[in-house]
Amino acid sequence: MIAGIRSVLAECGGLAVDAETLAINDDLYAAGLTSHGCVGLMLGLEEEFDVEFPEKLLNRRTFESIAAIRDAVRGLVDGGEA
Amino acid sequence: MNMVDITAAQAAYRDELVDAGLLIPTGVDGLYGRSGVFEDVVERFDALVTRWGGRDGAEVMRFPPALNRQYFEESEYLKSFPHLAGTIHSFGGDEKAHRTLLRRLEEGQDWTEDQVATDVVMTPAACYPVYPTIARRGPLPGEGKLIDVFSYCFRHEPSIDPARMQLFRMREYIRIGTPDQVVEFRELWLERGRAMMGSLEVPLDVDVANDPFFGRAGAMLSSSQREQKLKFELLIPITSSEKPTACLSFNYHQDHFGHLWDIHSADGDVAHTACVGFGMERVALALFRHHGFDTALWPGSVRKVLWG
Repeated sequence: MIAGIRSVLAECGGLAVDAETLAINDDLYAAGLTSHGCVGLMLGLEEEFDVEFPEKLLNRRTFESIAAIRDAVRGLVDGGEA
Repeated sequence: MNMVDITAAQAAYRDELVDAGLLIPTGVDGLYGRSGVFEDVVERFDALVTRWGGRDGAEVMRFPPALNRQYFEESEYLKSFPHLAGTIHSFGGDEKAHRTLLRRLEEGQDWTEDQVATDVVMTPAACYPVYPTIARRGPLPGEGKLIDVFSYCFRHEPSIDPARMQLFRMREYIRIGTPDQVVEFRELWLERGRAMMGSLEVPLDVDVANDPFFGRAGAMLSSSQREQKLKFELLIPITSSEKPTACLSFNYHQDHFGHLWDIHSADGDVAHTACVGFGMERVALALFRHHGFDTALWPGSVRKVLWG
């Protein structure tokens, strides 16, 4: 899953740095993720993992790091609330 | 107050304004003529804004209430607010199509099929023509730029709330420069805005806000905007004390417009932008609500601030 997240980040996140070089707890906003970049990232993750983020997860915290994204996506893939 | 009560209060205030002759109905919700008294208040408030901000050295620009469609497309407005945009279309057919148009008009059918988009789009916020204009001039000077604009703006959101018009005026100061310059400008106007509106003796509050972004992507942008405190509004109760109306807004766009239009500071970094917007009709409506429809009877202290 981490590899999938990195690939969506690289494609949709508009980061200032190479997504491959980020540790899973690195702050993505510090790495250049903007609000509009975050929207692209959210839509890209939904397509990649065939999930839909519920409104309560549509905030900055959900997308703040690769680990945070992993936890959220895992919760959705498992069919429950993240 | 529930939604039904809020709607009723909005309709009641609109009817009062129309009965008093301050607003002139056109048959379309949110589209009104204004009386001389209403315009006088708008003009005096406009002059008050200049008294507070006019010595900062802003470059004055006045645009018609329409944008170059190319600028509009580049602004990404359609990404965030497709539901509010107003594009201008015109007849683009030949004589045969003209006859069809007239026949359909006469028969009460849809006649808009041969209308085609022009190069002109309604201005959604007074600052939109400014960014591409400044971008064309090249890198900013060291002190950045301060621009003063005033324009009618269009938003497609028909409402019976007289404070939510489809065509309304917005005065704005726009700061373009380094993050420090821009944040300092917004802090200055948050203070000034409170003091200036306080001098008009209306109840007010300043709170964090978000723009009405469209759809699920919009929910994401709204929550992000709030979390980062990028938008503040100065609120005055007009038809509801629980849901007061935003009359001024203080917006920090970070480097969003700088990136879009490729605006750079003197040091080569992407420029940051912020703006303070004054909702001219909303301020007038708030003043009429709190001081009455007869401006001659407004408190002497308020009259002195506005009329001298």
